[in-house]
Amino acid sequence: MTIFRDLSQHILDIAENSITAGAALLHLTIEEDSGTDGLSIVIRDDGRGMSTEMVAQVTDPWVTTRSTRKVGLGIPFLKQVAEMCGGEFGIVSAEGEGTTTRATFQLSHIDRPPLGDLTGTLLCIVVGSPGLDVVYHHHTGEGDYDIDTRDIREVLGDDVPLSDPEVLAFIRGALTEGLMAIGSEAAQSG
Amino acid sequence: MKSLDELRQIKERALQRKKLSGEGSRARVVVAMGTCGIAAGARDTMSAILKELEQRDIADVVVTQTGCLGLCEYEPIVQVQVGETEMVTYGNIDTGRVPTLIEDHVVGGAVVEAWQVKGN
Repeated sequence: MTIFRDLSQHILDIAENSITAGAALLHLTIEEDSGTDGLSIVIRDDGRGMSTEMVAQVTDPWVTTRSTRKVGLGIPFLKQVAEMCGGEFGIVSAEGEGTTTRATFQLSHIDRPPLGDLTGTLLCIVVGSPGLDVVYHHHTGEGDYDIDTRDIREVLGDDVPLSDPEVLAFIRGALTEGLMAIGSEAAQSG
Repeated sequence: MKSLDELRQIKERALQRKKLSGEGSRARVVVAMGTCGIAAGARDTMSAILKELEQRDIADVVVTQTGCLGLCEYEPIVQVQVGETEMVTYGNIDTGRVPTLIEDHVVGGAVVEAWQVKGN
């Protein structure tokens, strides 16, 4: 079906592209809407962006910017899983203007992979890339959860990194509580 | 409910720890997080590494990530460098292998040769 077992891994994969593109700020917005039976995931970065030609080709598995292998499977597989689940996929990008990746799904589609461990994915992004900030917005029918790592950095100052073990535990706890409070499907994982 | 007050306390404790242990990190751990790595479970490996360091109360080891290293058949890949010694590349590091890797190499300074991927 797809190379990843759940959507949180797809999100991490796309975020890795943003990191490679030199992003300093990543916007992740997830909306679970049982009313419209829709799930949407939008990842927007302020990295170097892609040319028009690259955007047109990026969903081709034989197109990649990495030099270690000849294939780039992340984007083509996300596109495939979205489309196979009654949803849509789109990438908007311009050189110097960042990239926005959007994948939607029919929430109740039988083949739709679970959201998975979003907390694990976010911690991975935050730890692995010290220069990156994340603005995360998650909406469900029960409410909204927001976290902005810039707010956390402001409290910590320059001397304590987000990757400090106690800070990570704090963020992990905040994410777990937040997702549980809005009844997100992702609250059951990780 | 998580609060900014709690965060301020964490900051104070971290600054105290830093004052005691000094600048710099004792070791560096790099997890390969390319598409192949993620598909093989690298994110869970990274989570396990962070949890292991937290449980052992180790705060002077830097954990970062890198993209595809071209060793896709050995994913998840973890690289360990203790101090100024040579960086060692390990293959097939699933969550089960993480405690031993941290114990033996990161803490003990001994390379786990059985898991090493050579010729990188």
